[in-house]
Amino acid sequence: METILFYVFSTFMVLSALMVITVHNPVRAAFFLVLTFFASAAVWLLLEAEFLAVILIIVYVGAVMVLFLFVVMMLDVNLAELKSGFVKNLPIALAVALVMFGTIYYVVGGSQFDIHNFVPPERHAADYSNISELGKVLYTEYVFAFEIAAVILLVGIIAAISLTLRRRPNTRHQKIEEQVAVKSEDRLRVVKLEPQERK
Amino acid sequence: MLTLTHFLVLSAIVFSISLAGVFINRKNIIILLMCVELMLLAVNTNFIAFSHYLNDTAGQVFVFFILTVAAAEAAIGLAILVVLFRNKRTINVEDLDTLKG
Amino acid sequence: MFENYSDSQVYLAIVLAPLIGSIIAGVFNAYISRAVAHTVTILGVGISFVLAVFVFKYFAFDDAQIYNETVYTWLVSDGIRFEIGFLVDNLTSMMLVVVSFVSLMVHLYTIGYMSDDPGYKRFFSYISLFTFSMYMLVMSNNFLQLFFGWEAVGLVSYLLIGFYYKKESAIFANMKAFLVNRVGDFGFILGIAGVLMVFNTLDYAEVFAAANSQANLTIELIPGEQWSMMTVICILLFIGAMGKSAQVPLHVWLPDSMEGPTPISALIHAATMVTAGIFMVTRMSPLFELSETALSFILVIGAVTALFMGFLGIIQNDIKRVVAYSTLSQLGYMTVALGASAYSAAVFHLMTHAFFKALLFLAAGSVIIGMHHVQDIRQMGGLKKYMPITYWTSLLGTLALIGFPGFSGFYSKDSIIEAVHASTIPGSTFAYYAVLAGVFVTALYSLRMFFIVFHGEERMDHHTKEHLKESPWVVTVPLVLLAIPSVIIGGMTITSVLYGDYFANVVFVQQAHDVLGHLGKSYHGPLSMILHGIMSAPFFLMAAGIATAWYLYMKNPELPGKIKNSFGLFYDILDNKYGFDAFNEKVIAGGTRGLGHIFSKFGDIMIIDGIIVNGSAKSVAWFSSVIRHVQTGYLYHYAFVMILGLIGLLALVVY
Repeated sequence: METILFYVFSTFMVLSALMVITVHNPVRAAFFLVLTFFASAAVWLLLEAEFLAVILIIVYVGAVMVLFLFVVMMLDVNLAELKSGFVKNLPIALAVALVMFGTIYYVVGGSQFDIHNFVPPERHAADYSNISELGKVLYTEYVFAFEIAAVILLVGIIAAISLTLRRRPNTRHQKIEEQVAVKSEDRLRVVKLEPQERK
Repeated sequence: MLTLTHFLVLSAIVFSISLAGVFINRKNIIILLMCVELMLLAVNTNFIAFSHYLNDTAGQVFVFFILTVAAAEAAIGLAILVVLFRNKRTINVEDLDTLKG
Repeated sequence: MFENYSDSQVYLAIVLAPLIGSIIAGVFNAYISRAVAHTVTILGVGISFVLAVFVFKYFAFDDAQIYNETVYTWLVSDGIRFEIGFLVDNLTSMMLVVVSFVSLMVHLYTIGYMSDDPGYKRFFSYISLFTFSMYMLVMSNNFLQLFFGWEAVGLVSYLLIGFYYKKESAIFANMKAFLVNRVGDFGFILGIAGVLMVFNTLDYAEVFAAANSQANLTIELIPGEQWSMMTVICILLFIGAMGKSAQVPLHVWLPDSMEGPTPISALIHAATMVTAGIFMVTRMSPLFELSETALSFILVIGAVTALFMGFLGIIQNDIKRVVAYSTLSQLGYMTVALGASAYSAAVFHLMTHAFFKALLFLAAGSVIIGMHHVQDIRQMGGLKKYMPITYWTSLLGTLALIGFPGFSGFYSKDSIIEAVHASTIPGSTFAYYAVLAGVFVTALYSLRMFFIVFHGEERMDHHTKEHLKESPWVVTVPLVLLAIPSVIIGGMTITSVLYGDYFANVVFVQQAHDVLGHLGKSYHGPLSMILHGIMSAPFFLMAAGIATAWYLYMKNPELPGKIKNSFGLFYDILDNKYGFDAFNEKVIAGGTRGLGHIFSKFGDIMIIDGIIVNGSAKSVAWFSSVIRHVQTGYLYHYAFVMILGLIGLLALVVY
C-alpha cells in the first residue's frame, strides 16, 4: 500500500517538477510547483513527518507560492522573449542533469542505503504526535537556533519591505501635523484694495 | 517494501530536474527562483527520509530551519526582483549584465 | 696637563678645538657676528697650535714614548674593531705643527683677504673644519679613521673649491676635484679592504707587526697571474695618494681647484691636504718597503709629475695657476723621495714646502688683493715699489722653492735628488734625470712669475694703479711669519730629521733601500752641504734657470713671444696640459656619459622601465583583458560554473 502511494505521489512529483521547468508561462509554472509541493507533502507524510508536510503546504503553498503568483502577475513580463533559447539549452541542461543524477545515483543507488542497512522503523502508534516530538527538541535542544530563525524571518520581512518601499515625490497625501498646526492667519488674509476703475 | 533508496533516488531526480530547469529557463528569473525552491524541496526530502530511517528528529528540525530560511530567501528574492523590474523594466537575465568584466 | 703628555685629553683637545670653532661658526652662522666667527675659529686653531707645539717639543726634545691609544670603539664586527684612536709619534707631531701653524696663518690672513666677502663666516667654519679633518687624518691609529680624515678633507676641499657657488667655473672645478678624488679614493678603499683581508685588522700597529710575515702572499686577480699581495695593496693605497696628492694622471683637479679663494689654495691645495698622500705613504712605509714594484711605480709617477707639471708652470699666466703647477711639481719631488725609500726626505720636503708654498700662495693672494682681484700676471708688473713686504717675502719664498743654497727648500730638494741618485731600484735613473731637469724648470717658472709680477714694466690699468698699496697687517703678518721658517727651518732641522734619529721609530726602511743611510756617511752638517751644493749639478741648473728667466723676461721681453711662435707645437701641447683635460673630458667623461646613456637607454628605460616595471603592469593588464571575458555578467554563466564546480567536488568526494 505504502509503496503504491509512494510511486503515485513520486510520479506526480517528478512530472509536475518537469512541467515546472518546461512550461513557458510562469503562472502555470507556479501552479505546477504547487502541485509538486502537494505531492512532496504526501511523500513526507509517508515518512511520518506530518508537521513538516502541513507546514510545507501552509507556508509554501499558502504564502510563498502566492507571493510568486503575485509577483508574476504584477510584473509585465514579455513571455515571448523569455521563451527563446529553450531548445538551444536543452542538450546542455540534459547533460548536466544526467551527470548530476548519475553522480548522486552512484552514491545512493548502491546497496549501502538498502533495506539491510536501513531497516524501516516501526510505525508509530496512533497517539504519537509528531508535532509534540518536534516541539520538544525544538524548544529545548534547538531553542537557540529557533530564536535565530525568528530573527532571520524578521530580517527577511524588513529587507523585503525596505527593498520594495518607495516614496513617490509627487503623490499627495495628508500631512496631519501641518493641518493641526495651522493658524487662522495662514488661511485667511484680509487685503485692502483701492477702488479701481473698470476698464 | 519502501527503502531509503527510493526516497533518495526520488530526491535525486527532483534535484536533477531542477538543475536542468536552471539551464533551460535561464532567461526567466522567476522560474529560476522556482527551480531553487525545487532544489530545496529535494534536499528537504532527503533530510526527512534520513530522519525517518535513522529515527532522529534532528533531520526534521533541520528541515524546519531550511523552510524558514527558504521562505525568507524567497521573500527577499522576490523583493529584489520587483525592485529590479522597477528600475530596469525587465527580468530577462540576458539584460542583466552589469557585472560584465 | 702638560706634565702628562700621554694624556689623551691633550690630543682630544687638539682635534676638537677647531671642530668646536667650526661648529660655532657654521651652525650658528646666522646668529653671530663676523668678529665672533673669526675669533672662535682662530681661538680653536690657536689652542690646537699651542698644544701641537708642546706635543712637538715633547717628542722632538724630550724623547717621548709613542702614544697609541684607542679613544672610542665605534663597533666590533666579526672580531674586527672599528675604532677611533690616536697614534702620536714624531711624524704625527711634526705634521701637527705644520698643519696647525699654516692653518693659523691662513685663519689670520683670511680676515684681511675675505674682509668684504658675504661668505665670511662660512669660510671660517670650513677652514676650521678642514683643520679638524686633517688632524683626524694625521693622528689616526687605524685605517678606518685615516679614511674618515681622508674623505673629510676631500669634502672640505670640495666645499671650498666651490666656495663661490654661484660661479660656474668654480662648480665645475669642485665637481672635477671631487670626481678625480673619487677615482683615487676607490683605489684607496680597495687597498684598505686588501689590508683588512690579509691582516684581519685595521690597526696600524697590528698590521705593521704582521707585515713581514705576509710579505710573500700572492693573489690571483686575473686567472693564472699570481701577483704579490703587498704590491697590489701598496699600489692601490698609492692610487689613493695619487688622487689626494695630485700625481699624474690624477693631477688634473689641482690647477682647477685654484677657483677657490686664495687662503684655501694655500692651506689645502698647497701646504697640507695635498700632502696627505705623502704622509700616508710614509706612515705605511713598513708595507711599501715590502714591494719594490710598488716603490718603482711611485718613483716613476713622481718623476713624471715633478718634471712635466713643472713645464706647464712656464706658460701659465694666472698667478695662482703658476703656483699650483709648482705645487704639483713639488709634490712630484716628494713622491720621488717616497719611491726612493727616502721617506724622511719626503716628509722633510713636505714640511719645508708647506711653509714656503703657503707663503707663496699667500703672497700671491696679497698681490691679488692689491690688484683688486686681477689674477693675470700679464696685467701686473713693477709691483715691487708698491708692495714691499709682499715683494720681499715672496722673494724669500721663491728662493726657498727653487732651492737656493741655505734656504730650506735647498736642503730638502737636494736631499731628494741625492737620494734618488743613490737609489738602485728600477726607474731611479729616469727619476734622477727628471728631478734634475726639474730644478732648472722650477727656477725658470718661479723667477719668470717673480720678474713679471714684481719687476719690469707696469702693465696694470690706471684705475688699479691708483689704488695699489701694501696689504693690511693681517695679510702681511702671516707672510712674515711664514717667511721665517721658509728660510731657516731646513737648515735647522735637516741634521736630526734626515740623518738623525727623529724618524727612527716611525719610518721603516729595508737595508737594501736605505739611501739616506748611504748619504748620511758623507753628510757633515748643513754648512758643508751648502758648500757641496754650490758645486753640484742642481745648483748650476738652478742658476741657469734664473739666468734664463732673467734674460727672457727682464732683459729681452720680446723673446718669449718669438719662442712661442717658432715652437708652436710645443706651446700647444703645454697649453693643452698634455691633453689630459681633453682626454678626460672626451674619453673618460664622454665615455662614461655614453656608457650611462647606453645603460639608461637599454638597462633602465628598456629593461627596468620597459620590461620589468611597465612590462609587469602591461602583462597584468593583458592577462586581465583576456581573463575579463570570463566575467560575462550573466547570471546563468556563474550558475553554470558553480554547478560544474559542485559536480566536480562531488565527483572528487565520491570517486
